[in-house]
Amino acid sequence: MYQTWVLTALIAWPLVAALGVLLGPARWAKHLALAASLVEFALSVPLWWTFVPAGGMQFQLDVPWIPAWGIRYTVGVDGLSLFLVLLTTFLVPLSVLGSYTYITTRERGFYALMLVLTSGMIGVFVSLDLFLFYVMWEVMLIPMYFIIGVWGGENRLYAAIKFFIYTFFGSLLMLLAILVLVYLVRQRTGVYSFSYLHLIGHMGALGPVAFWLFAAFFLAFAIKVPMFPLHTWLPDAHVEAPTAGSVILAGILLKMGTYGFLRFAVPFFPTVALHPWVQAGIVGLSLIGIVYGGLVAMVQPDFKKLIAYSSVAHLGFVMLGIWALTLQSVQGALMVMINHGISTGALFFLAGMLYERRHSRLIDAFGGIARVVPMLATILTIVSLSSIGLPSTNGFVGELLVLLGAFQTYPVATTVAAGGVIVAAMYLLPALQRVIFNPLDKPENEKLLDLTPRELAVLLPLVACILWIGLYPTPFLRRMEPAAQHFIESVRASAGTGTAAR
Amino acid sequence: MPESVLNALWVLPALPLLGFVLNGALALVRPGAKTAVSVIGVGVLALAFAAGIAAVVEFAGRHPAAPLVVRYWEWLPVGSLRIDFALQFDQLSAVMVLVVTGVGALIHLFSVGYMGADPGYARYFAFLNLFVFFMLTLVLGANFPVMFVGWEGVGLCSYLLIGFWFNEKINADAGKKAFIVNRIGDVGFLIAMFLIFQHTGSLDFAEVFRQAPVLAAGGGVVTAITLFLFLGCTGKSAQIPLYTWLPDAMQGPTPVSALIHAATMVTAGVYLVARCNVLFAMAPVSSSVVAGVGALTALFAATIALKQWDIKRVLAYSTISQLGYMFLGVGTGAYAAGIFHLVTHAFFKALLFLGAGSVIHAMHQAYHATHRHEDAQDMRNMGGLRRYLPWTWALMWVATLAIAGIPPFSGFFSKDEILVAAFARAGADPAWYAFWGLAIVAALLTAFYMTRLMLYAFHGPNRTGEREREHLHEAPWVMTAPLVVLGALSLGGGVLNLPELVGGHAFLHHWLAPVTQVADRMRPAIAVSHATEWALVVGAVVVAVAGIVGALRLLKPEALVPARLAPRETGLGRVLWHKWYVDEIYDRLIVRPVMWLSREVLWKVIDMQVVDGLLVNGSAAACRALGWVGSRLQTGQVGVYVVVFVVGVLLVLRAALR
Repeated sequence: MYQTWVLTALIAWPLVAALGVLLGPARWAKHLALAASLVEFALSVPLWWTFVPAGGMQFQLDVPWIPAWGIRYTVGVDGLSLFLVLLTTFLVPLSVLGSYTYITTRERGFYALMLVLTSGMIGVFVSLDLFLFYVMWEVMLIPMYFIIGVWGGENRLYAAIKFFIYTFFGSLLMLLAILVLVYLVRQRTGVYSFSYLHLIGHMGALGPVAFWLFAAFFLAFAIKVPMFPLHTWLPDAHVEAPTAGSVILAGILLKMGTYGFLRFAVPFFPTVALHPWVQAGIVGLSLIGIVYGGLVAMVQPDFKKLIAYSSVAHLGFVMLGIWALTLQSVQGALMVMINHGISTGALFFLAGMLYERRHSRLIDAFGGIARVVPMLATILTIVSLSSIGLPSTNGFVGELLVLLGAFQTYPVATTVAAGGVIVAAMYLLPALQRVIFNPLDKPENEKLLDLTPRELAVLLPLVACILWIGLYPTPFLRRMEPAAQHFIESVRASAGTGTAAR
Repeated sequence: MPESVLNALWVLPALPLLGFVLNGALALVRPGAKTAVSVIGVGVLALAFAAGIAAVVEFAGRHPAAPLVVRYWEWLPVGSLRIDFALQFDQLSAVMVLVVTGVGALIHLFSVGYMGADPGYARYFAFLNLFVFFMLTLVLGANFPVMFVGWEGVGLCSYLLIGFWFNEKINADAGKKAFIVNRIGDVGFLIAMFLIFQHTGSLDFAEVFRQAPVLAAGGGVVTAITLFLFLGCTGKSAQIPLYTWLPDAMQGPTPVSALIHAATMVTAGVYLVARCNVLFAMAPVSSSVVAGVGALTALFAATIALKQWDIKRVLAYSTISQLGYMFLGVGTGAYAAGIFHLVTHAFFKALLFLGAGSVIHAMHQAYHATHRHEDAQDMRNMGGLRRYLPWTWALMWVATLAIAGIPPFSGFFSKDEILVAAFARAGADPAWYAFWGLAIVAALLTAFYMTRLMLYAFHGPNRTGEREREHLHEAPWVMTAPLVVLGALSLGGGVLNLPELVGGHAFLHHWLAPVTQVADRMRPAIAVSHATEWALVVGAVVVAVAGIVGALRLLKPEALVPARLAPRETGLGRVLWHKWYVDEIYDRLIVRPVMWLSREVLWKVIDMQVVDGLLVNGSAAACRALGWVGSRLQTGQVGVYVVVFVVGVLLVLRAALR
């Protein structure tokens, strides 16, 4: 029962709850949304125990949807997507709770959209039918557009439209590629099917068209990651989005890009993905992301922009890890995806809490506030340290695995990427210093209030995860290992490079 | 306490961790509970020291040849990679554990007095406890990643404690600089780990060292591994080229300088080389780099120490210089000698720093009493302190003689052993003559600048000020008692490893033999005759005495004026006072260009103008322009439509008929 229906429930429940939020009184909206998202989280938690690491795709449900076109409703979870689903259900209640005082207008709309967004995100991670995947991809796009455009900062419309057009452009290309792919496979098998497993099973050699299909998927996903030079929508979107929007955007939405590579782009077109030039290009762009993203982050006057550029750097590690195709690097990439969601999510929460106190996102609006708000300063320090990958925090686990694994494939590139570890300290520590250390020289900062219990309730679960994953990531690694292994082997096998993963 | 400490090795790091958790909680909820903080902070260290002694005694009883490894939990199991949270105890860890907890406990005790009036008292002890936790993790870790947890963890605590008084920008800057410069070294450590895993398939010390012979001795791989490891050492242990953070680190409270930036953390690099002695022994090129950089740093830092006025800065450069000796020792292959110097240095340098702390404490209180704002650390404001701080004066002389290398003080034995080993190695490898020469000159300068420090601070007339003078007095016993203990250790620490030359048994050497035996076998056989050894010893002592006497003769404390009235330095003195302008050079060559590139080129041009302006908003503008052109076509005038239609038809016809 649970096995079959949980994923569908996770998609459907937020939609139902969104309706409830819309129909209920406005002053209940946030409480209803919090309750609904907690129920969602509770629904998802048993996944952790019932998931069988070696069990491949599980919790599957497969029913016809539009039979005439071979479209089905197929959902399932494996080691690649399990943690992204859990990360989503974990971050959403925190985002709702974190918006309690931030969102003061049109609350019903905001919280309903947050819930719809949840459905879309879960849907993206569990869809095993490409049409369904495409639909979910668009479903999550629209609420985010409104969240930025309605509840965002001063320049919200520009940012929202940029976000929308950018992502939409990519997803249209992806739709086109999906249609061509379905058509090509139909020519071979005589069956119209959007099923992921059917497509990947009957793909065969596609010839030169594979390159163009890969390019379309690449654009769609690389925009989302985002990879240099497709990243400029991100700082704008982050800066303008309300706190919860930034948290979800960084925490979950960016992972859809890298997830897309892991689930679709690379397994569909392994020969293209492993073509030396493509490899060189993607590894090169990842390195640019790591170094360039870090250096540009270093000179940002706006705290949220700094975090946004740091995301470009973090996601560069993920891309490097995926392309290096060793067990350590791929699992490391998955870990970085989770860790980035937790640590960057926490950073955005903290940036939002600072903003609510001072109505400024500028780093230089603060200074010396560790004395006034010791709790906030302590947590900001812990989170920053996790973001720069201090050992014994989650950040280290992911980065070490990515670099250790990638070094076996690309020693030179990985050496450069390791330099990103220095850059990370160079952008985050000075910012930390300018916010919480240095003289307390602005009178406005002398009366700041420390974290409220509600804010602590938002942050402490994230801090707990930072330490948990930093010290004992084994339960995560065990659950993702077979899927990562399978990913590497299938890609290697179909690309014709026989070396088994270490 | 369990029956066997060795079976409960986790107790050692767990005690200071517990202290951190409790004191950290107190710092957040009840920062005023100073008594509880002191009891917890010092108590956990005393207990850890007791546990350390128990562990060493028990270990000595067994005296196994292989390290004792205890695995606690699987940390990073991925495919063939298996990294456990595992601790190990062997002869080398034993030495380090005793130094860290023993000297650490004394410095914690000193801090009770030194930091007593500070509002951040609880936070201070929380960080200090956390430091000891990470330091013990560093020396007890059974594999590279666990060691790295300690390695970066101590760096974190260093960062937090250097910037302890964070409301002053200079302190926060210094902390940040320490962290970032250390990170550069840490990348070396990381890359070394990647190479080690690539070539041995493991990161466990036992397994890596067992497999080390599969790497070609002297080959590129092992050379690269060890050089990258040493890059990590130059960061953590403040060697050329990454030493610049350590003098700035003096912004932290003085007991922090004593514990972290003199006695323990900065010696982690020496420990790392000694720990990986098998790898370094297989890489002669790297070993000479280690020895060479060590010798060069020893001299270079000593020259800067000659001209510093801040009492702590003199000691900081002195620390860098002494660390250079340790690297010369371990680079030479004399691992026991390097570790021996690490231990004696921990005694006398901790004593010097705590003594300086006692001086600064007195100076600070004097200026505080009369509300004057003078530099309490500038030696030009001191002078004649012997009368007011007799205990500190006497004990600091003990430490000075020890660091200068005067027999029978502890530093004499340890430094001498390094010098003899370096000279002996020159027989097989002439480069070592140069290293030895650098070290001898550095020894001369060491004796000189330390005597200078003593002379200016404690002798001659007092320059503190008329009214301030009466407020100068010795610190309370919690601060003086640790000094006395360290004084005894600085005096007698040499017995740890009395050389056979003077009828000793070289205890430490034999104790460490199981750790270094493989490397010892690989090292070229080096032996010098007793006559040569005596000549070297006498020569070294003559050099040290010359340095002391030279300083006493050349320097005139009577001629000094208080800092505020002092004239500017000129000539070479000015260059030395400016630390050879290395910070300025780094700033111009690296820091500013990177900042400029990031801000003016990468962000403002590439990101804002090229990518976002030209490509992104440019294509948006292009679309809009296209739309505008399209909308212009829709004029609503039938004539225009007809013309366009006819032209279109003609074009199509032409294309079709061709």
